[in-house]
Amino acid sequence: MEKKWEEMTSDEKQEALFQKWISPEGAEFASAEAEKSYKERATRIKDAIQMKKLPDRVPIFVLPSFYPTTYGGITPQVAMYDYDKMYAAFKKFIVDFAPDGHLGAAVPGPGKFLDILDYKLYSWPGHGVAPEHSYQCNEGEYMKADEYDALIDDPSNFFSNTYLPRVFGALEPFQQLPTLTSILEIYGVAFNFIPYGLPPVQEAYKALFEAGAEVLKYAGVMGAFGKEITELGYPTIVAGFTKAPFDVIGDTLRGTRGVMTDMYRQPAKLLQALETMTPIMIKMGVGSAKAAGNPFIFIPLHKGADGFLSDEQYRKFYWPTLRRVMMGLIDEGAVPLPAAEGGYNTRLEIVQDLPKGKTCWIMDQTAMPKAKKTLGRVACLAGNMPSAMLDLGTPQQIKDYAKELIDSCAKGGGYIMSNGSFFDEAKPENIHAMMDFAKEYGVYK
Amino acid sequence: MAKDLCNTLADLKEDEALAIVQDRLNANADPLGILDDARRAMEIVGRRFAESKYFIPDLVYSGEILKRINEMVKPKLAKEGETKSGGKVIIGTVAGDIHDIGKDIVVFMLDVNGFEVLDLGVDVPAQKFIDKIKESGAPVVGLSGFLTLAFDSMKQTIDAMKDAGLRDKVKVMIGGGQITDEVVKYTGADAFGKDAMVGVSLAKKWAA
Repeated sequence: MEKKWEEMTSDEKQEALFQKWISPEGAEFASAEAEKSYKERATRIKDAIQMKKLPDRVPIFVLPSFYPTTYGGITPQVAMYDYDKMYAAFKKFIVDFAPDGHLGAAVPGPGKFLDILDYKLYSWPGHGVAPEHSYQCNEGEYMKADEYDALIDDPSNFFSNTYLPRVFGALEPFQQLPTLTSILEIYGVAFNFIPYGLPPVQEAYKALFEAGAEVLKYAGVMGAFGKEITELGYPTIVAGFTKAPFDVIGDTLRGTRGVMTDMYRQPAKLLQALETMTPIMIKMGVGSAKAAGNPFIFIPLHKGADGFLSDEQYRKFYWPTLRRVMMGLIDEGAVPLPAAEGGYNTRLEIVQDLPKGKTCWIMDQTAMPKAKKTLGRVACLAGNMPSAMLDLGTPQQIKDYAKELIDSCAKGGGYIMSNGSFFDEAKPENIHAMMDFAKEYGVYK
Repeated sequence: MAKDLCNTLADLKEDEALAIVQDRLNANADPLGILDDARRAMEIVGRRFAESKYFIPDLVYSGEILKRINEMVKPKLAKEGETKSGGKVIIGTVAGDIHDIGKDIVVFMLDVNGFEVLDLGVDVPAQKFIDKIKESGAPVVGLSGFLTLAFDSMKQTIDAMKDAGLRDKVKVMIGGGQITDEVVKYTGADAFGKDAMVGVSLAKKWAA
């Protein structure tokens, strides 16, 4: 009889999630060949990550940002607004390059939803940036320096009544919403609901309903996309995402300047807020992995890169709660997929404090031989093919670089060939060169 | 013994530094002397950053402390202009790019070094730079951009200066995470600053 989830060890949970991913429920594969390819690809990735047995060859990821749109002949703006065109472009990209692991149709948006709610945290193609450019973050103090206690005391309330009204223009009236935990007894209960009668709040809800309906449409297309791509034989390596608590504060709430200043002016509050966000970030990731039957939880790492913090600051503010988030995911069988954007050379000794075979690190500009000797002893490494080379280099340069990567990282397993940073521009022949070379030279004999 | 403002600020001891400033203002000390100490402190900060003893948060925080010192000292200054002897510098992040942290660090460093900084903000169209050059007569322009897409915007901005007949009246420096000598050539700029301190020395050289 099958063991109950609660009774499983973390190893067993991981294996169970991998098995669900390798044999996706309800998938009707396009052909026997597609099914075979799917299982081979997924198993290859699993073996590289678990580091228990050698994969048949080095697996390959191709991790674009907006590249599939230009490759498919549409602008990023069109991809964010026209769901069918986005579908076609990303399908073409995955089928043409046939990587072992892909990110799905990872376009932010949809644009219409962002328009309806008037999202302030980002500008996107056609809305603050040019139609042919990628999105950009609008840095700001969306949480003020003196609001740590509000966040720590009641994070959900802070998000619904303070943060959301600031980052979504259409939700500004939500500042007037009641505190739901005040709804306790028949006496006075009604008065809590006064805000819902106010015309501006009702307008905000109308916008919310409209936005929700649009996302439902979008989700239908995305769901169909995921199903078709799976059935064509291509496993996706993202069930959902979560973040390092320090990046939650630094990217989303306080902004770079805010979080950096807080480390000096109110370190205790910052540390407390990081604690507050930790279980929330664990639940976010674990929930996605279980719902999707796919272990991979993407974690983009931003403000802990080389130079962004001192060693002492990284050890004090960044790593402890990031490690706990990863351990929380690992305990529930999920596989953290951190993307170390920029350089992570000065962090390698610190982050190798992880159990073996449980994480997969996408490296951008980190020196890989050193990464292999440190973090690489316990974690699968991916990436480091420079995105600039994919854009400006030649197939021969790509092959030479890929050879170096395989020579320094692939011995004994635990390496996945991949680009480093997510890219908007590339020459197709360069991506093919990376794929073809890894398929040939990366075979384990 | 009077505590040393310059070292206290360079060591990022905010409370102590602000207390020293307050004591000196209370004792009617020369506000320009205070700003001069602050300027020397920021030079130390910049040096420590160049030596990898300080990191980005230290630069950002020193700028924040400095902002507070400026706020305290400003009301005591007889004429604002007296501190701005270093000349005018126009700064902005070029069209299409909305990143401001790198630009703001350069603005701070120029400001403490006595320049009158005309900060045009982010996503600045070429025409706005042209208008500002004409209006202010500033001899130095700094173009900032974090993304690779900024290369073209920088080139267009500098081309617009040529078209307006202003290119030989100004020196142009560029800066940002992806900027190299190749980009200087591509855009037609005069030089690039790998960090804020280089930006300051370029401005000193050109605006003197």
